[in-house]
This record gives sequence, structure tokens and C-alpha cells, in this order.
Amino acid sequence: MRALVFLEHHGAELEKGSLGVLSKAASLGEAVGVVLGPGAGEIGARAGSFGAAKAYACDAEALAAPLPQPRVDALATLVEKTGVDAVLFATSVLAADIAAGLAARLDAGLNWDLTDLAIVDGELVGKRPALGDTVLVDVGWKGSPQLGLVRSGAFDPVESGGSAEVEAFDVTFSDFSALATLVEQTQEESSGPSIEDADIIVAGGRGLGSPEAFSLLEELAAALGGAVAATRAVVDAGWYPYSTQVGQTGKTVSPKLYIGCGISGAIQHKVGMQGAGTIVAINKDPNAPIFDFCDIGVVGDLHQIVPKLTELVRSHRG
Amino acid sequence: MKIAVCVKQVPDATVHKRIDPATKRLDRSGEAALNPTDLNAVEEALRIKEAQGGEVVLVSLGPEKAVDSLRKALAMGADRAVLVADEAAAGSDLLGTARALAAALERVEADLVLFGQASSDGDGAVLWAAVADRLRRPLISQVASLTVEGSSITGKRQTEHGYDVISASLPAVVAVSDAINEPRYPSLKGIMGAKTKPQETLSLADIGVDASETGEAGSKTMVLDLAPPPSRGDQVKIEDDGNAARQILDLILERRLL
Repeated sequence: MRALVFLEHHGAELEKGSLGVLSKAASLGEAVGVVLGPGAGEIGARAGSFGAAKAYACDAEALAAPLPQPRVDALATLVEKTGVDAVLFATSVLAADIAAGLAARLDAGLNWDLTDLAIVDGELVGKRPALGDTVLVDVGWKGSPQLGLVRSGAFDPVESGGSAEVEAFDVTFSDFSALATLVEQTQEESSGPSIEDADIIVAGGRGLGSPEAFSLLEELAAALGGAVAATRAVVDAGWYPYSTQVGQTGKTVSPKLYIGCGISGAIQHKVGMQGAGTIVAINKDPNAPIFDFCDIGVVGDLHQIVPKLTELVRSHRG
Repeated sequence: MKIAVCVKQVPDATVHKRIDPATKRLDRSGEAALNPTDLNAVEEALRIKEAQGGEVVLVSLGPEKAVDSLRKALAMGADRAVLVADEAAAGSDLLGTARALAAALERVEADLVLFGQASSDGDGAVLWAAVADRLRRPLISQVASLTVEGSSITGKRQTEHGYDVISASLPAVVAVSDAINEPRYPSLKGIMGAKTKPQETLSLADIGVDASETGEAGSKTMVLDLAPPPSRGDQVKIEDDGNAARQILDLILERRLL
């Protein structure tokens, strides 16, 4: 299988999720990457060390803003030029729009929310948890190219140390692709990894009692080298930014460790985090549903336990 | 201003969802309701109409019984509904759905097409981008606030890193986030009035879509197998006696997560 992997970047950094998909694709066959936007060539060159045999780059001005439709034009051009068997994406707000637009443009099948990929009898097969992760579905494609959106955190980037040849390509943009324009961009201040990239997530819900209590979680996350996430209830209440919302209408994350503090574990939240490797729950309500799907559940006061845990982690790390 | 709102009937939240092992499709036989996040799109359309006048048209693809769910959005204040109901479209994947929906939307000739966030049955938050590409119209998705001024719209798009403010000329396709508004409840008058509002049911032939291009026949994806997910294993539940933090750290270290 020869797969083209869309490599999303933020600033000059390639997103960890994209690199994970790239490494996975390289383990299944030949993987080529594509980077779009100003500086694409330089950024693309780094893809070699994560398994890309080659990186395609287009730095056209039309690709400067993070808009999906000009990227559909670029990927459609590249699929035609390279004849790849598959086009793979790490899920993001931007990548989901590009993948679906490309599917319509190429009349190609798209499977999403994939947590694993394999080659079975020479064919690409994806695994996708469905219906609130109560069923695990094996999905396939008819025809090519085969398009796939991979759930964030599904694959870890693997440093292989190779180098990728970068090839620039030109794109003829559709007239309608220029009709949406970026007016303004607001970056939320954050330190440490994003929740998509973090191996460890400390999440808070209503049980925190107040927005100020998020500082306890931030200190624990900093000690663990993780990120802070939130439930929809507290995001709606304005306690924490939307970009950290985990659940049905937020992000789906699968970190190695998830520590839920004051989170009851409603189904809307559960679908966003139950793929985590180890789940720790701290809640004062012994009947909270989260106790049914965690590895270790603590009935107690998070305001006591979290600072203590932070101290223990700090002293353990010296 | 003519606004089309794409809505979908899904199994009611109280129904235990299951996949029919024979067809490998979602069992849709039980109680059904409108996809909850579609109500945010209906609400936004009604607010635009109330501010500037116009018409709100519901557009849906689904079984004939979906008219029951559409009535709720009509009761909220939408003016009419167009339902594409055709046996041949059952089991459509993204491509077939986008093709049929785009064809129905072409017929409605709306200035603005609105979608809600992820549907609660298929989990996929991607349909709008496929429809926008078919219609060759600009797209803004994950919109947390929307303003319409003359022949252009501006949406505040939620991203992983913050917000992007994006403008587009009309006609356009917009997918709203559930953070955009709080959908209204239908009034008694609205509920009574909904019964007499125009509801049109169309076949694929009516909208000029070849049946072989939708449904299972037109799908480019397939379900190969279904299995229960791997079990999480045993749960340990403890009462904090002052040592819980220590026990959590022990587990973290035992599993080499640091």
C-alpha cells in the first residue's frame, strides 16, 4: 500500500497526531507526506525521520490560512499526480473538513474515527469503535483512493531517523475555494501539550465546585507533564476554554493516562475519553457512573487528594 | 433570505442503540427524534429569519416516518420541510448521503445552508464538507457565533488552538457548534401550527439522483465485521482514608506511565 498522509502543522511544528499516522502508514507500506502552506518545504523535510519516503510541499499563498477547501484542491491534485492507494489524516477540526471534501471531490470512500489500521489479505482494514464505543467495527473500502480519518492519540510517532526528499508541486485552485477568507485568528494561551498530543490528561468537571479549582489540576498536569481537559458542563459555564472540551461535542482523546476529577462520567463525556489506557477517577459521589469504567476509582475529596498527588509526583521526580 | 437547515432523524436518546447483525446497519426501528445538535442549527436559522425576514426550510434524508421528527422543528418555527425518502437510499455512506442532500438543496436554492454538529447516531462530523464541495460553495464549520450582513457571513470557528474568524460570500454552507445558542422549546401555538405547514416528500428520481449512486450500491465504504470492544478489566474502588493519592501514584508507577 502506498499512502499519502496529510501532515498538519501549527506554526513550524508538525502535529504529533499526523506524525503518528505517518509512522503507522510507513509500517504498513510506503508512506509519503504532504505539507501545505508557507514554509511547507522546510517543515516537510522533517517528516523523513518519522517514516516518510517523500514529502510533497506546496507553499501557495492560497494555503496560508487554515481553511479546508483550498487544501481539498491541493490534495485532489496530488492524488491524481501520485496515484496513491490511500489518503490518511489525523482527526482535527481542519482535517475532518478536508477529508470529507476530498471524498466528495474524488468520489472516494471515507471511514472516520479509526483507532487502528491493518493490511488484511492485501486490503486496508480499519477499526472503528461505534455507538458510544459499545461496538468495535471493522471497516473496509471499495475502490481507491481509500480515505481515512484517525482518532487522535491512536498512533504514536516513531522516530526512524530517515530523511525525506521534498518535492514541490503546483495547485490550480477551484474558484469557490477562494470565497471563504480568514479575517482574524485568536490563539488561546496554553503551556504544555494540547489535549490531542498529551500522553497524560488531567480533566475536571462540575465537582471542582469553582473555576478557581482548575489551578489544582493545572499544577498536577504540570507535574506529570500532561494537559488539562474539561467536561462540556464546565466549558458551558465558562470555567475553561472550549479547546479543552472532551466528549461527544468536543474532542475524542486516548491518552495513556486520564485522571478525571469531579467528573460524573455521563455518556456524552465517556465517548470522548474511554479509549484512554488507564483511567483514574476521583469523585465524592460513590454512585458516579465513571466508577464503572475506570481502572482505579477514589471516593473522596479531590481538593484534598489532587494537591497531595501533585506533591507526591513532584517528590518522585525529584 | 432563504435558509435551508439540514436535519436528521436519529434513534431517541433513551433507546438502547444496536447494530442489526444481518444488515450491519444501525437498527432504526424504535423511538426516534431529531438529532439534538441539529436543533442548534434550526434555532440559528430562526434567529436570522427573525432579524432579517425570509424563509426557513428543513431538508432531510431518511425514512418516511422521519416526518414525525421534522414536525418538532416546524413547531419551533421553521416554515416548511422537504424530506427525501427512498428505500434505495437506505444504508448510504457519506458519499451517497452527500449526493442526495446536495441534489435536494439545489432544488431549494437557499442562500445559506446550515448544519448542526456531529449526529448522535453515526458519530461523523463531516457531512457538511462533502455537501459544500458538491454544491461548490464556501464552507465554515464548527461555528460558535454567526453574523449575516448583506451578502456575506462571518463565523467564529472553534479550533484546537483558539478561534478563527472566517468570512464568506453567500450562498454558503455553515456548520454550527452546539455552543452557538440554546434551542427554544416549541410553543403550544407552534405545535398546533406545525400540523398545517407544507411538508414535501420526494423520491431520489424527483431530485434527479440515480438510485445506484446512493444506498449500499453507491457506498464506497463497508462494514466487514462487528465485535464487542475489549474489556477494561477489573475496577478497583477505594474510599480515601488519606492514602488515596499514594495509591494512585503507585498504580501510575506500576504501569510505567510516568
